[in-house]
Amino acid sequence: MARIFAYIVHKSGVADDTAAELPAAARKIDPAQQCTAIVTGWGADLDQVCESLRGTYSEIWKIAKEPLAYPNAELVRKALLSVLPAGAIVLVPHAHFGVDLSPGLSIRMNAAYVPDVLDIEGVEGAWLKAVRQEFGGQVSTHVRCDVSTGAVLNIRPGAFRPFEGAPAEGRIVDKSAEAGALAARRRYLETIAAETGDVDITKQTVLVSIGRGIGEQENVAIAEDLAEAMGAAVSCSRPVVDAKWMDKSRQVGSSGQTVRPKVYLACGISGSFQHLAGIKGSPFIVAINKNPKAPIFRVADVGIADDMLEFLPALAARVREESCVSGKERRRS
Amino acid sequence: MGESIDSIAAATYWLIRGRDLFLFLHLLGLACFAYIVARRLAPLLRAQRDFRFDRPLARLGRVLQFWLAQWRHPRYRFAGTIHMLVFAGFLILVSRAFALLGLGISDRFAAAESGGIYDAIRNYASTVVFLCMGIAIVRRLAFPPPRYGHRSADAIFLLALIGILMAADGVFEGSQAAFHAQLGRAAVWLAPLSLSWIFEAAFASASPATLHHLHLGAYLAHEITFFFLLCYRPFGIQFHIETSLFSIYFAKLDRGTVKPVRWGVAEEQLDTVPSFGVKKFEDFTWKHILDFYSCADCGRCSDQCPANAVGRPLSPRNLSIKARDYVFRHYPVLGRTEDGMAMAGGLYSEDEIWSCTTCGACEAECPLLVEYIDKIVDLRRGLVDDGKAPQSLHKPLKALEGRGNPFGKMEKKRADWAQGTVRALNGAGGASTLYFVDSITSYDDRIQSIGRATARILGRLHENFGILGAKERDSGHDVRRFGEETLFLALRDHNTEAIRASGVRRVVTADPHAYNALKHDYKDVPPVEHISEVLARAVKTSQIRLNGVENGVYTYHDPCYLGRHNGIYEDPRDVLDAIPGLRRVEMKRCRDRSFCCGGGGLALFYEAKEEQRMGVQRVRMAAEAGANVMVTACPFCMVNIEDAIKVAGMEGQMTAIDLAELVDRQMVNPTQG
Amino acid sequence: MEILVCAKRVPDTSENEIQLDGDGKDIEREDLVYSVNEPDNYAVEEALQIIARTGGSVTVVTVGGEEDEEILRREMAMGATRGVLISDDAFTGSDGRGIAAILKAFVQTGHYDLILTGVQAEDGCAQVGGMLAAMLDYPFASLVTSIEVLESRKLKIGREIEGGNKEINAIDLPCVLSIQTGINEPRYVGMRGIRQVASVPIPTLGASDLGVDADVVGEGAAKMRRVDYFVPPAGKGAEMLEGSREEVVDKLMDLLKAKGGLN
Repeated sequence: MARIFAYIVHKSGVADDTAAELPAAARKIDPAQQCTAIVTGWGADLDQVCESLRGTYSEIWKIAKEPLAYPNAELVRKALLSVLPAGAIVLVPHAHFGVDLSPGLSIRMNAAYVPDVLDIEGVEGAWLKAVRQEFGGQVSTHVRCDVSTGAVLNIRPGAFRPFEGAPAEGRIVDKSAEAGALAARRRYLETIAAETGDVDITKQTVLVSIGRGIGEQENVAIAEDLAEAMGAAVSCSRPVVDAKWMDKSRQVGSSGQTVRPKVYLACGISGSFQHLAGIKGSPFIVAINKNPKAPIFRVADVGIADDMLEFLPALAARVREESCVSGKERRRS
Repeated sequence: MGESIDSIAAATYWLIRGRDLFLFLHLLGLACFAYIVARRLAPLLRAQRDFRFDRPLARLGRVLQFWLAQWRHPRYRFAGTIHMLVFAGFLILVSRAFALLGLGISDRFAAAESGGIYDAIRNYASTVVFLCMGIAIVRRLAFPPPRYGHRSADAIFLLALIGILMAADGVFEGSQAAFHAQLGRAAVWLAPLSLSWIFEAAFASASPATLHHLHLGAYLAHEITFFFLLCYRPFGIQFHIETSLFSIYFAKLDRGTVKPVRWGVAEEQLDTVPSFGVKKFEDFTWKHILDFYSCADCGRCSDQCPANAVGRPLSPRNLSIKARDYVFRHYPVLGRTEDGMAMAGGLYSEDEIWSCTTCGACEAECPLLVEYIDKIVDLRRGLVDDGKAPQSLHKPLKALEGRGNPFGKMEKKRADWAQGTVRALNGAGGASTLYFVDSITSYDDRIQSIGRATARILGRLHENFGILGAKERDSGHDVRRFGEETLFLALRDHNTEAIRASGVRRVVTADPHAYNALKHDYKDVPPVEHISEVLARAVKTSQIRLNGVENGVYTYHDPCYLGRHNGIYEDPRDVLDAIPGLRRVEMKRCRDRSFCCGGGGLALFYEAKEEQRMGVQRVRMAAEAGANVMVTACPFCMVNIEDAIKVAGMEGQMTAIDLAELVDRQMVNPTQG
Repeated sequence: MEILVCAKRVPDTSENEIQLDGDGKDIEREDLVYSVNEPDNYAVEEALQIIARTGGSVTVVTVGGEEDEEILRREMAMGATRGVLISDDAFTGSDGRGIAAILKAFVQTGHYDLILTGVQAEDGCAQVGGMLAAMLDYPFASLVTSIEVLESRKLKIGREIEGGNKEINAIDLPCVLSIQTGINEPRYVGMRGIRQVASVPIPTLGASDLGVDADVVGEGAAKMRRVDYFVPPAGKGAEMLEGSREEVVDKLMDLLKAKGGLN
């Protein structure tokens, strides 16, 4: 069985949540193996990340090179290729970085590539069986891929449970020297931060989140009214931002913000995984959607099959009634 | 000297004989005018064709109604009355004007006697015109209504000149009469209290020499003012004095439909047309350019325009005035013609062009019968041809192309609203009447109940009817009006074939947009009726009996495509009045002044920049009229009004119901007594 | 600048409900409406906007069969200079890597400064662009949301990254970029536009024209293969609140209070 590596995504010295999820995926490929973490970067941030991985991984390969201070996939790819053994299986989180790195990596490794893996069913001979989705999550598909010359598997964040087991030994191996000189025809210049806007949804404990079901710009007021009554804030999914009905700073999802509320009202949101990827911490999710078959109902705790444009005002009225009765003033958190 | 008070031709103006001077001035003035008019006609020759020479009798009829009888003017009572007086005055004074001009070159034009009926009439006409000019100027300066806008300086200048023209004639006549009176010559009879009479009285003590100078001076003043006005009018709004007759004669006769892409190019040959719509100025037709000349900038269209009222960038009169200024700039009377800018996106903003709901309020109001909808549609055709349809419309247009409805729902689900209770026609012989449902009634959860109510009504009336079901496509009515002609033709052809294949002899619909399309845009389909017409007939012949209502104050909102565009105002009201105990009030803006709900078809998808929704204003109008139930007969009106009730925060104070739903609710069960 | 856009014809997910067919092995394709993959359309619009500034041409290529020609026509109606169909029985059943190999062979028959793909298609793989770049040994960037042409064969591009932030890179030409939706506002293309290009010839290239390595393409060579489609069992899912709207609101209020949803 080939050696399995997990590529660790990190920022500002903190490893991404996926770092704890990839070992579970690796275990499904080869239960007998402890997969090796592979981390690239530079300086104190990198060292801090490697330290934090010790509890999860028995072996951590560290590649510290100054050009890798910012994760440029073109450079990371070169670095990985210089240290990975032939026929390796590499697990990468399927997100902005993984989509940039992995396809090219698989070609250079002459290995198979499976993007956005939701589950792994095991290996039979040269074939690894996995589960993916197509058509925006409307159908699932079983796939098999030939791992005889290695593989790159992009794992969907949140699809595998974080590692919870006995702490591993956590041996850090410095592979920096093997990486060699790194240059690429793509150079990182800067990051332009998204405008924070007036409300920071990442700090809210209760969110009223709206999706395409809101229908049009004027109806956003319905959600804002409920949020005000509840002392919450309004967030949204991508289509609402694309239509320019809300500011990008309100977007929850893999290309928007990551939120950790206690309660999340998903109104008129279908439940695409890109949106759900932005919700962390297992909040209490209430889904309100006209379509009782919307994928959101699979992940929500409580579901209401109703027109959000009718339901939200009714709820807001009730919330206000209660607040009048109890005499408390609602304040935004 | 004495003779020349009676003969201008013989008089001497600074060593020049009157006859020579005025002959010269007449010819100069006419030549200038002819040249100016020729230059103004030049762009019409470069413009697109327009077939307006048919049905001369019908056109003459309209000239009599709208030009001679000033039919539209009283809609704005005060200004309308003034205008009608001035117009009548002008007509009466035409003969006088020619006579006056003639006097300058020959005494033959002098009347043998004075004091005939015509002289009395023209004296008073002249006086009335003069007074009206005064009133109009004061009104513009001191009490201008908002629709007058900010272009008053030129208007006041012209009003003053007309006043001077009348006054010049008054001084001319008055001075002659005073001269005769003083020197004991044959009395010149002047109508008492007329302008001329007043001047005569004012000049009673002037010296003959003064009178002589006044007389000659007044004539010269009249001459100069007359020809100055004649040559100045084609440079501004007063050109309508010359062009109105033509703009009304050539006005569009076929209501409800939109002009073809190119007159004279058959639909089968449209693929050979290199460019659709209006992109540059010369893509307008000659009649459109004539409209630009004819616009009097009165502002009535913009005053009635619902898009303008809610702060959208559209103001219909600006469409005309901007184009008129453009043609004045680029086709100058002196100087060379220049080629100019793009129309949509240049002279007009794209938002301006997409803001129109084609409600027709502007066209219903304009006293000169200026057309707007065709121009907007042509401008939209140009934008669509260049790929510039608004982003918010891409998805519904693509869905219309792929699925035959703007919602993208599947064709096979189009009849699901009927829940199996209505027959879908497959091939001929199924039924004699087709209920054409159209897309929103088929697919929108709320509006489907209008479909079911309509079907129940038709059933109660024992109509042998069916629907096209999955074979029906969107009527394409608003696809056409949003400029996507090719897609419209495809939808129309598909539906036409399906309708003809079903063998029905009659079509009924509850959707005024579909009604308008089937009636005016479609060819070779059976006659179509709106459900309100069917119901009106049914209640009058007691085929349907209705239970009474006890509560509620109802008001009927006229849908644009049922009312204004198709003249169906009374049938829905008759149906409501047949419900015992129903209290009905009228909104101030009703019938052909109904205020558009916000638009239908693709207008539901277009995101306009506006300060308020049209529907919200309309709902407030209903409340103002004392109503708490709005009845409408159009699914798009229903969508917009129910939405507006929520947005305006008037839930609980106002409800909306469709005419078919109301009748369905109140229909007496045949098993009941 | 010579730009190549790789496009794909896919079922239009916004107008379709994807369901399994009777066998349960494939999706029900009978009622599907197909159109050009949306990110690919954005890519063509971006390419057209670039050549409007720099001059050059836009070529749109797709790998498939006769039914895929319609998307080439649509992009040509939008303004693309030419469309090319790559079709051969030998290519059927290729996986993403196979498609990339085919496209690589095509790229090498011409001279392109910039190659664009959409970020992903209906299968959500988001792979062909990156694979093609590696095969050609061109630099690559995914999720591109802005392109600025700089002097001397360089571009300044923006990439979409987490948190709504934008990562700015400089990249050398020739390169491959995968384009994210929302990068621009594509122009409208209607039936008339497509009719106007109806008779423009679209060359079809086969395996022999391209000289593709046979053991990378076709079903047999696919390293990743789809076994079937399925819909996972519903599982527990959400507890649906039943009753009239007032009753549901009541129940929800209780839950919200319990979970700390009301401040």
